[in-house]
Amino acid sequence: MDGFLSLFQSYNVPAAFLVNLELTFWSAIFSAILGIILVVMRISPISSMRRVAAGYVELFKNMPLTIIMVFMVLGVFAQLKISFSDNFDTNFFWLAVVGLSLYTAAFVCESLRSGINTVPLGQAEAARAMGLNFMQSATLIIMPQALRGSVAPLGNTLIALLKNSTVAAAASVATETSSLMSEMIEFRPDVIVQIFLIFAFGYVILIIPIGVLTTYLSNKLAVRR
Amino acid sequence: MVRTTTLRRVCRGVVAALCATACVVSVAACGSASGSSDHTIKVGIKFDQPGLGFKKSGTYEGFDVDVARYIANQLGYTDAEIEFKEAPSKQREAMLQNGDVDMILASYSITDERKKAVDFAGPYFVAGQDLLIRSNEKGITGPQDLNGKRLCSVTGSTSAKVVKEKFAKEVQLMEQPGYAECATALLSGIVDAVTTDDIILAGLAAASRGKLKVVGKPFTQEYYGVGIKKDADSKEFATKINDAIEEMIKTGEWERAIETNTKGTGYRPDPKYNPPTPDEGE
Amino acid sequence: MAASNESALLFDQPGPRMRKRIRVINWIAAIVFLAVLVLILVRLYNPPDGENQLSWELWKPALDGEAWSDFYLPGLWATLRATFLAVIGAVVFGLLFGIGRLIPNVVVRNVCAVVIEFCRAVPVLIMMIFFWRAFAFLDLPSPAYWSVVISLVLYNGSVVAELVRSGVGNLPNGQHEAAVALGLTRTQSLMSVEVPQAIYAMLPAAVTQLVVVLKDTALGSIIMYTDLLQESRRLGSMYFDILQTLVVAAVIYFIVCWLLSRLAEWLPSHMQKRTLAPTEAEPVAPIAIMDPSNANQIAVAREERPLGGAQRTYHVHHRGSNASIHNWRRTRYAQGFDETQPESQIQVHHRGMGHTDQDSGHSRFPYPRKGKGKRK
Repeated sequence: MDGFLSLFQSYNVPAAFLVNLELTFWSAIFSAILGIILVVMRISPISSMRRVAAGYVELFKNMPLTIIMVFMVLGVFAQLKISFSDNFDTNFFWLAVVGLSLYTAAFVCESLRSGINTVPLGQAEAARAMGLNFMQSATLIIMPQALRGSVAPLGNTLIALLKNSTVAAAASVATETSSLMSEMIEFRPDVIVQIFLIFAFGYVILIIPIGVLTTYLSNKLAVRR
Repeated sequence: MVRTTTLRRVCRGVVAALCATACVVSVAACGSASGSSDHTIKVGIKFDQPGLGFKKSGTYEGFDVDVARYIANQLGYTDAEIEFKEAPSKQREAMLQNGDVDMILASYSITDERKKAVDFAGPYFVAGQDLLIRSNEKGITGPQDLNGKRLCSVTGSTSAKVVKEKFAKEVQLMEQPGYAECATALLSGIVDAVTTDDIILAGLAAASRGKLKVVGKPFTQEYYGVGIKKDADSKEFATKINDAIEEMIKTGEWERAIETNTKGTGYRPDPKYNPPTPDEGE
Repeated sequence: MAASNESALLFDQPGPRMRKRIRVINWIAAIVFLAVLVLILVRLYNPPDGENQLSWELWKPALDGEAWSDFYLPGLWATLRATFLAVIGAVVFGLLFGIGRLIPNVVVRNVCAVVIEFCRAVPVLIMMIFFWRAFAFLDLPSPAYWSVVISLVLYNGSVVAELVRSGVGNLPNGQHEAAVALGLTRTQSLMSVEVPQAIYAMLPAAVTQLVVVLKDTALGSIIMYTDLLQESRRLGSMYFDILQTLVVAAVIYFIVCWLLSRLAEWLPSHMQKRTLAPTEAEPVAPIAIMDPSNANQIAVAREERPLGGAQRTYHVHHRGSNASIHNWRRTRYAQGFDETQPESQIQVHHRGMGHTDQDSGHSRFPYPRKGKGKRK
């Protein structure tokens, strides 16, 4: 028990988790926006849009996140000179957010697509029969139902995003949990198991509410058919 | 009946998978245990630091490698009998302790902390923390000039913190997994300097085709030693290694090794401390 | 140019005017795409600071024979070796704990549940760092390799365990009932009838998981495992062409993962012959604690059976909709199953042989089965 206490006194573990939560929060927002755009492109009548969206999803689904993160720093920042701030810490934080958002958007798109598959055919046919065009039927009829139907896979994606935020270490975000954990093990190798348990249970505690909330929401929001 | 055969096939498949796992595991276990035939020496080096220890085309090159070869030759091993193994920074003590390697030359500084776990011979080189900058950079002549500038170092290394705490409070730090990423960042202009031991920086400068240079004013001293296992005859082993290093310095082989590995950078090791007197562990 | 099936339903077939407009938009999209590409290339060719990233001087060492024989291929081999071992380990782990979570013994079931949920919640990177340092302290050989393998086995094994469970849950009740009728116990029926079919059912999803494993081995480069990513970094540190070597590594990763994804799409139709459970891979592999997308299947698999079998007569497979059913019996009515419109829920496939609820107007067996003549 002493081991745990002294660890909490000498290292700011909650602050590290906060960094991961911030990464997750912003990436969740941006990937949701990008994912919705992608899925609308994916089901649109315009073939080039469909192809771009499909290509995007294929590319990011089959690419390790670690490589994407490294590219954010060495490619986007170092070569293309796209930078968010002169302050390095802020800059790397947002580069990591962009990397995570780009990666997660592919999975958001897939989740939403599985939600669209739950919308009965009759809904789309009825929308067309009423004379709605594609954008109208997509935004008024299909997507609202699809969103409710894809709460569960979206919740899974959110959990995966929270866990993936540890990979921000590869984009030079040195304040998040996995970096802090390495640092703590470096200086306190005698309590390595306690250190692991702190971080492991930190994630378990963060993830259980998301799982419970997802289950509750997907029950509550499910379209009763 | 059909069902039973399918079932049997499934079971067989599962058993086969289990066997395969067992085989792979045991083969892997054997692979690491074997290969300790009598007359070879296993040397731990870095595989990823150009100029110091680098694996290329199945051979190894760099200053650490040259010193290791010389020592091994003096100990009575031919080049063919040297087996190089990768010794990442965080695994060096463990590799020595469980006999994975006989000695380690991997920019391994002699510190009191480490001497509790392993023994050292040497030092064979005295490095110092220095800065790597772009060749056309004029504004940086030492760590005190780094205020408001950007500095890159490797994740988990303390060298950047030394600069921040002792010389330039306003410096911005970037952490990258390897020195090559740092050097690339330096070339592209997003950082202004890279910091670590000067010999490592010289190796990077040598690979940069003249685009990077070492400042050349080391502000710390790191005594690179040869790590060996702590046991009864480590003293005897250390003495032999120290004799070999002395021999290498005396014949001029040592200086030639530094020159070939930092060619084209104009790098000179800190003359105040180099060449060192190897007397550690005797 | 034919629209894919799913999207064709969402809009009317375009008329001549719309077709023309689509053509124009396609051209604009192509031009924008090209413009962005050119902009990036120009930036790389002539960056404001630093060197031309497109020069052959940088690309040649990233592409020549030496780079392949000394760096990429050994790296790829290390990646594939870790992937292969991790997948086998994950399947073994998943089978043990997945079955453990289904067998009647309460203690075993709960222990397995806790282990699985723990492994699913902890980020792989956190596990890797811990095992890496722990193995190094314990003086085990090649700690980085084993920590990559063990971490991936634990995480993906827990995913496979859930697949086993949902595979069993998705089986038609007749399988369990028939086993009970033959005098098998609950555990015997599980081991010799349900689980073997669940294995076939989960194979496609397991191949999808293979892609996840392969991608996650790249995390090993953070703990200095010399996989493809790490080797390409090393090569890049020789000539300062790390951007180029990373591009090559990214292309290799993409090709291997893409091939595996295609395999995962092709497998279901071939696996369907050997099982009565649906073999389509889930749209998103289950990751969450209390994963709701499997909740109904899990609820059914966990269900107490008072007479040792035969009571899931009204179970409806809620595939596609994520309406989760912990208390499926109540929810079924809440959802308003319409007996007069069986097709609104499930596809009816009457088989030639006797079916327990043929007369109830719907079948609990919603999936078209291939190779009908085989089973007698």
